[in-house]
Amino acid sequence: MQILQNFNKAFESKARLGIMSVLMVNEVVSFIVLKDLLSMTDGNLATHLRALEEANYITFKKEFIGRKPSTVYSVTVDGKKAFEDHLNELEKFIKGS
Amino acid sequence: MNEHLENLKEIRSLMERSSKFLSLSGLSGISAGVCALLGAWYAYAKLHVDGSSLLSIPEVRQEIVPKLVLEAIVVLGFALFFGVFFTVRKTRKQGLSVWNKTSKLLLLNLMIPLCAGGLFCLGMLYHGFFWLCFPATLVFYGVALVSASKYTLHDLFYLGIAEIALGLIALFLAKYNLICWSIGFGVLHIVYGSVMYFKYDRQESDIPN
Repeated sequence: MQILQNFNKAFESKARLGIMSVLMVNEVVSFIVLKDLLSMTDGNLATHLRALEEANYITFKKEFIGRKPSTVYSVTVDGKKAFEDHLNELEKFIKGS
Repeated sequence: MNEHLENLKEIRSLMERSSKFLSLSGLSGISAGVCALLGAWYAYAKLHVDGSSLLSIPEVRQEIVPKLVLEAIVVLGFALFFGVFFTVRKTRKQGLSVWNKTSKLLLLNLMIPLCAGGLFCLGMLYHGFFWLCFPATLVFYGVALVSASKYTLHDLFYLGIAEIALGLIALFLAKYNLICWSIGFGVLHIVYGSVMYFKYDRQESDIPN
């Protein structure tokens, strides 16, 4: 089980994997859309987003759509690399077992 | 092991779902359908267009075609206006700007067959094959929907297939031209729009803005 050590702790939960996979294929994704896609509660989603943000894997920006504020998230270069590495590890693990 | 496989499956589905333009509003479909039906009714009742007279009497054609083309442009204008309006409203509700990568892809794939079809019909009008425009607009529109369906809700695929089928029926059973056209652009849009509205939009509109 040595290979498991290469798994990135930041992506341990399913929610974070979900957030990252959505952000990987979209330039920017709003909080509301993320919530909808992942069927998570506001608080839960915010916690996971903050964790990823603290790891410097994602960034966010507040914008106005019309008069309404909206927070949009995007993945950073670090985040992209880390997520790709993580997927490679997953792949290796599945092939190896 | 199983857990990781599950995770991978989930990642896959999320990547696929999230890279589509999911804000197409059902109300857009309904409004487009209503515009088309009003247009078809106007053509039938006021301009006295029916499939068979267009096929057989050249004098009728001469007189009616410019009016019909003008009417078609007006109908298209209204349908587009309301269609865009409801979809923009839905995207705003989701906290997104309408002009994003997925909407661009959707529009591009919709516009290629649609523009080709539009020019094709203009060409046929120019050469006097007027009645062929009814089946042709249906078929080209269907092809456009099928091609765009990869970038939005998959349900659009079936609407596209239905439009193509109706177009072909209108081609072979030429006297049912206007009927097929009304069903394709009117009734089908309303049915599709309502199904989409109740399937996807309604829960979201319950959320207070």
